[in-house]
Amino acid sequence: MDTKAQSGERIIPLVRVQAEDFDVTAEVARLCEGRRDIGAVVTFTGLCRDEDGRLSALELEHYPGMAEDEIGRIAREGAERWPLTGLTVIHRHGKIAPGANIVLVVAASRHRRAAFEAADFMMDFLKTRAPFWKKEHMADSGSGGWVEAKTADDDDAARWSDG
Amino acid sequence: MKVRYFAWVRERIGLEEETIEVPGNVATVSDLIGWLSERDEGYAAAFAEPEVIRVAIDQTHVEHDEPIGRASEIAFFPPMTGG
Repeated sequence: MDTKAQSGERIIPLVRVQAEDFDVTAEVARLCEGRRDIGAVVTFTGLCRDEDGRLSALELEHYPGMAEDEIGRIAREGAERWPLTGLTVIHRHGKIAPGANIVLVVAASRHRRAAFEAADFMMDFLKTRAPFWKKEHMADSGSGGWVEAKTADDDDAARWSDG
Repeated sequence: MKVRYFAWVRERIGLEEETIEVPGNVATVSDLIGWLSERDEGYAAAFAEPEVIRVAIDQTHVEHDEPIGRASEIAFFPPMTGG
């Protein structure tokens, strides 16, 4: 037990899937409060773009249960690959207006590289493996289509595979 | 067996979920996609390009050659676009 603690005990990531907005400052504080061993916190916030005024909202459908489980699986893999002191992932669902938050990743570690890389890794795999789908609501007609998955996102995720 | 559909797969079929009785010769995910496709035009449209369809068995991603024998819930959906 003692040797595990010395080499960096594996953290339990915090994963939330919710309709409500999140508070980035509060989530950073949650990981850092009362600690003096953290040297780096990286936050990534994904927001809803208006696509040059064409988009009035995004609607995010998700698979309840699996969304939490799959993000949890990705987060645990991230916590195994990098020596993190904390990892939080929050993904919203429902109708989201341009300028509003969609997703948050907070990665904390003793040194910056682990936090940067873990946050980048989390986003690449959230995009390709977490069961969420975006539908566009257009400003002119109100309706719109489903956002198509990008092969570039698969390429990004493939960067992390061994060999 | 409970089957769930998401995003445009759900829209084309016109159902969020249903309970189905699968014949014994439907052994894999791929077999099930073929069998569902023949039910009506909505299913046929949803599974018109089976290679793009993603599948989860009991809320875990699987490939199309996965056996479905022990599944209690199977979900069909397009490639994911979260994040």
